[in-house]
Amino acid sequence: MSSDPRVQPKPTSDQITITSALHQALADAMEADPKVLVLGEDVADPEGGGAGRVTKGLSTRFGEMRVRTTPISEQAIIGAAIGASLAGYKPVAEIMLMNFTAVAMDMIFNHAAKLRYMSGGQTHVPIVIRTMTGAGFSTAGQHADFLEAWFAHAAGLKVVAPSTAADAYGLLRSAIDDPDPVIFIENLPLYWVPSLRPEKGHRVPLGKARIAAEGHDVTIVTYSGMVARSLTAAKALAEQGVSAEIIDLRTISPWDQETVLTSVAKTGRCVIVHEAVGPFGAGAEIAAFLSERCFGKLKAPVRRVTAPFTPVPFTKPLESAFIPSPERIADAAVALVKGMH
Amino acid sequence: MANSNQPDGPTQVEIFRRMALLKAHDDRSRKVILAGRLVTPYYSYRGQEVIPAALSVNLTDEDYLCTIYRGIHDMLAKGLPLDLLWGEMAGRATGTCKGKGGPIHLTYPAKGIMVTTGIVGGSMPIANGLGWASLLSKDGRVAVASFGDGASNIGAFHESLNLASLWRLPVIFLCQNNRYGEHTAYAKATSVARISDRAAAYSMKGVHVDGNDPIAMYGAARDAVERARAGDGPTLIEAMTFRFHGHVFGDDDHYMDKALKAAAVAADPYPAFRKQLIAGGLASEAELAGIESSVEAALDRAVAEAFDSPFPGLDELTTDVYGASV
Repeated sequence: MSSDPRVQPKPTSDQITITSALHQALADAMEADPKVLVLGEDVADPEGGGAGRVTKGLSTRFGEMRVRTTPISEQAIIGAAIGASLAGYKPVAEIMLMNFTAVAMDMIFNHAAKLRYMSGGQTHVPIVIRTMTGAGFSTAGQHADFLEAWFAHAAGLKVVAPSTAADAYGLLRSAIDDPDPVIFIENLPLYWVPSLRPEKGHRVPLGKARIAAEGHDVTIVTYSGMVARSLTAAKALAEQGVSAEIIDLRTISPWDQETVLTSVAKTGRCVIVHEAVGPFGAGAEIAAFLSERCFGKLKAPVRRVTAPFTPVPFTKPLESAFIPSPERIADAAVALVKGMH
Repeated sequence: MANSNQPDGPTQVEIFRRMALLKAHDDRSRKVILAGRLVTPYYSYRGQEVIPAALSVNLTDEDYLCTIYRGIHDMLAKGLPLDLLWGEMAGRATGTCKGKGGPIHLTYPAKGIMVTTGIVGGSMPIANGLGWASLLSKDGRVAVASFGDGASNIGAFHESLNLASLWRLPVIFLCQNNRYGEHTAYAKATSVARISDRAAAYSMKGVHVDGNDPIAMYGAARDAVERARAGDGPTLIEAMTFRFHGHVFGDDDHYMDKALKAAAVAADPYPAFRKQLIAGGLASEAELAGIESSVEAALDRAVAEAFDSPFPGLDELTTDVYGASV
């Protein structure tokens, strides 16, 4: 990745960007099933097709009854999605930025997540909530948080965070197929990064991780924008003679315990990397699980590389220091391998 | 009130039958709780029976209802079977939600009862989505969001009314103004004299009606249902009523105005409508007594069956969190 996330190589003929992959997944799902709906702020074409232009073209193609621009009313957006899903539709709601999910938390946590259980299985809420976030654009304290742990802590929700175009397409198609509410986290700095084009109809099952690089000395478990930084770290580690296995979780809840266990059983070392702050985060859950399930196979303590426990800062030097860097990731891995923990 | 919106004799008797069912269920619930047979928070709706009874005779089983924790009257009027209700209240496997939701999360899609929320304001945003689905499916279904006066002060009310008006959704926002939000009197929490006035802020039809008058309530509900079915959009109905008991059964309701409460209880709409039907020659004393005794008998059966039914197995603890992935 370039140091300026907006400056990206032009996609080659077999590549597309994540925004294009997301658009294609929505278009293909809407074409395949008239019950699939899209709603959110600015999502229709007269408003430009969403903040990331992911939905651009959909309302012209499928009509503004199925692709509806809403007022800036996050509770009303998620409520409308829940209600339509109870009547048999499959709405994909766009919450422009992940911090705005806070406004709709009652609808998401108290209603979408729990209606199946509270109704004894009589109703369920097959909605997808697409939302974008991530530091790197100086969007500061209320526009850039990774809040996946909030949602992964809620029984009844699933949480997904792709890092490639093919996964973005395949996970979004699977999320739309899924019978339960899925929080679909998109990363702003990844939006325009080109990667391999998926085939139409491609599915990535929820709950299945991807080995992004094979290795045998240390396992690095990560997701979303931190996958690329971990791969960069792996190159630096290779130069120091350390072989790192990179696991892209893809789904944060339910996460692929089996793939992580198998890898950590092999390497005996694990670093968990996420852009969210550390305390009570996904890394804490994974570390606790590893200590319960493969303590005897660990050669070193499990380490976390996360953002510091602060809000996201505005100014570039602080923002850059906030996001886990390939250097911090590599240093953590080296410390484990060399026994300097 | 237009004449076409006057309920005919049989409809008035049907409204009474539903009121009798609702009142008897509330009386019975409090009795069973007082006897120590049932341990559950119970939110009595006693005094508010007219509103759902007169509304529901204008609805079909296909129409949707999203209601709240003080909404068992709404659900019974909409057709929730007593045995499933009591099974759920008693936490049994035979309850409509297998004992996993309880009285404040009752759900029964077979009668359009889609959501019961314990969160003030939660019924409205979801009813909008059901209304959107009706427009997409062109099936003429109406969605009712029931809530109390307290809920008109929460953000979800305002977001929902704005969206429903913009999208001309077939939704009825039914505010049962029982004068208290939890322990706080209406005027101390609400900036307007009438909640129905708030409809104007959203270019929506707002109706203020005596929710304890079955004839007036029927007319207001019928107008709103017809407006929704005709594609003319949502209505906010503010139905004036009075909650005879405290917020949750067992509180000492010291915060309620004694004189106001005494006057409301003296004007109990149930015996008043009963007298009115007989005086108007629409039903005989024997006929109404027959309705009441059959309601009591149905309750006897439902309560007895519920307490004889098994609790859900412990495997139910962890099922229905997620469905099977596709």
